[in-house]
Amino acid sequence: MTTQATTKRSRLDPEPISRRDFLGMGSLWAAAAALGVAMLGMSRLPRAAVLSSPSKKFRVNLPESLPEGQAFVPPGRSVALYRDADGVYAVSLVCTHLGCIVKNSSDGFECPCHGSQFTADGTVRKGPAPRALAWHKVTGSGGNYVVDEGATVPAGTKLNA
Amino acid sequence: MSTNPETKSGLREFAENLRLAPRRVFETMFRSGKPSTDRSRSTFVFGNVFLHLHTVRTHRWSLRWSTTWGLGILCGASFLITLVTGVLLMFYYKPYPDVAYRSIKDIHFIVPTGQFIRNIHRWAANLMVIGVFLHMARVFYTAAYRKPREFNWLIGLGLFIVTLALSFTGYLLPWDQLAYWAITIGANIAQSPREITDALNLTDKFDIGGIQRQLLLGSDVVGEEALIRFYLLHVMILPLGLALLMAVHFWRVRKDGGLAKPADVDQRLGPQPGNTYPVFTEAPQKTYQLAAVVKGRTPAVGNGPENTVPSMPHLFYAELGVFMLTILICLGLAIWMDAPLKELANPGVPENPAKAPWYFLGLQECVSFSAFMGGIGIPMIVLIGLGLIPYLERETEGTGQWFGGPGGGRLVAGSAVFGLVMATGLEAVAIRFGWLREWYPHIPQLVITAINPGSILAAIYALYSLMMVKKFDSVRAGALALFTCFLCGYIVLTIIGTHFRGPNWHFYWSPADWPYH
Repeated sequence: MTTQATTKRSRLDPEPISRRDFLGMGSLWAAAAALGVAMLGMSRLPRAAVLSSPSKKFRVNLPESLPEGQAFVPPGRSVALYRDADGVYAVSLVCTHLGCIVKNSSDGFECPCHGSQFTADGTVRKGPAPRALAWHKVTGSGGNYVVDEGATVPAGTKLNA
Repeated sequence: MSTNPETKSGLREFAENLRLAPRRVFETMFRSGKPSTDRSRSTFVFGNVFLHLHTVRTHRWSLRWSTTWGLGILCGASFLITLVTGVLLMFYYKPYPDVAYRSIKDIHFIVPTGQFIRNIHRWAANLMVIGVFLHMARVFYTAAYRKPREFNWLIGLGLFIVTLALSFTGYLLPWDQLAYWAITIGANIAQSPREITDALNLTDKFDIGGIQRQLLLGSDVVGEEALIRFYLLHVMILPLGLALLMAVHFWRVRKDGGLAKPADVDQRLGPQPGNTYPVFTEAPQKTYQLAAVVKGRTPAVGNGPENTVPSMPHLFYAELGVFMLTILICLGLAIWMDAPLKELANPGVPENPAKAPWYFLGLQECVSFSAFMGGIGIPMIVLIGLGLIPYLERETEGTGQWFGGPGGGRLVAGSAVFGLVMATGLEAVAIRFGWLREWYPHIPQLVITAINPGSILAAIYALYSLMMVKKFDSVRAGALALFTCFLCGYIVLTIIGTHFRGPNWHFYWSPADWPYH
């Protein structure tokens, strides 16, 4: 219902909002809000509760004859294992810049993608990498070890076993 | 049975209708009769759902080659080509790791015309990227983004982003070495806000980078989930988005008054050719009910319809010409050069050097200084800057003219030299002397993120542009300077990334100098 106009208005001017219009707009906004909440719920879908990634822990048999300072890279893994007088340790080979696999060089690691260089203990020496290479947790004894790629330990942590 | 010809015979009428049916089907296709005269052609354009994206008549200025070089149509045409060839490729492509690679091999070696279709698809995609770049430059340099076309410039920016996203998701699908490492790098660029959150010790509470990466990959490693997501984006979500934006973009070109024209366009064009049919020889037969209700003015108000020619056939021939030229270029390139397919993806060994396609190599060069600044920071700054152009620059001088505005061509040439020299110089310093980390090994990461050749270059360009605003007392002059500088910087970085980077992203004068490895 439109109210009787007191002043003469042009037919092009919008009418002042009526009760009916107000209720109409209210329900429209309510519907829009409900739709928005539903969309919010749907946006949960692309993030699965369980990720389909393979286990980050793996077992490795370190050869007795592995010389000090030489890397042992288990096949299919991006981790280099070392053994020296202080113990066994594992350095990640995943570049902290954009995730390429770094290569062993004579005095550390080099990334082929964007030229980051790391020293033998993983510290950044050159290039765009923002962080040092991660050291992974190693457990086990004798020649058998379990490396957990999901667990990072402070650089310099070596397993003495 | 009656022999009287006056009485109707149902059977005879049926036979007659049957005989005429094919002709009538054809006739009824055209709502307003066959388009055979200027007038019926006009009603045809007006009443046809596809053609009415065009105005009935087109200004002569819009039809000059140098107004647009047909670049918008080139983009649309190459999209159509990728659409058709893409659907054909979907007959055989299977989005699953390793299987995907084998299916591309199948397309190459056992599917008749398979490799040729894939070549066309790839070249049309490349052409689309080039076309979008050039089209944007054309619109900018002719100041065609100005009122009332501001919003359409933003839609165009959206199309630019979706086009690049389509290219990116496309080259991941073959699951070869290029694909695998491109996904890895792309996903880690999405994760690169960690560069900031790590430095501020916020990653545990607010890991926006990690969330983005996980959304993209659907996992925390690059695998089947990532491939199906990129496939879904490439064949469904992005093309739909692109089509939607294209519809709005085209519609607004028409509704915002066609192509931008200089104010003195009639003098520039000279008199109409003698054979042009004048517009208003008869009284208009339309009643303009809508015009009485709708407020506001259309861009055509106050401009006479003269100096226009019927869109059909003049505009349509021009569009068809560009379309055919686009097909010709794609076919030629597809015959000349095959789309590459590298070895099967190997998660243990990245390619060395691992290079993105040419249009991303400028970004890759920036990323090689800081992942966040090069991959997210600078692109965002550029996009926001581009989007703001029509809202910060509200002048009127030079609309519709190449390099129109204060300063003009001379300013653009000077800015090009400045942009090229600065980008080359800064890169030369970084290549010859290294960057902050090599000089101060313990420098905090935040400093490197903030201060690197990419961000310095952006800052220098911005400063130069402000100087031009002051010098010419015009925002347009600043915009001309800034756009030209960024274009030149992009070209320099792309060339360096393409030709002068080798294994480990080291600088080499020529690929012949690359070491064996």
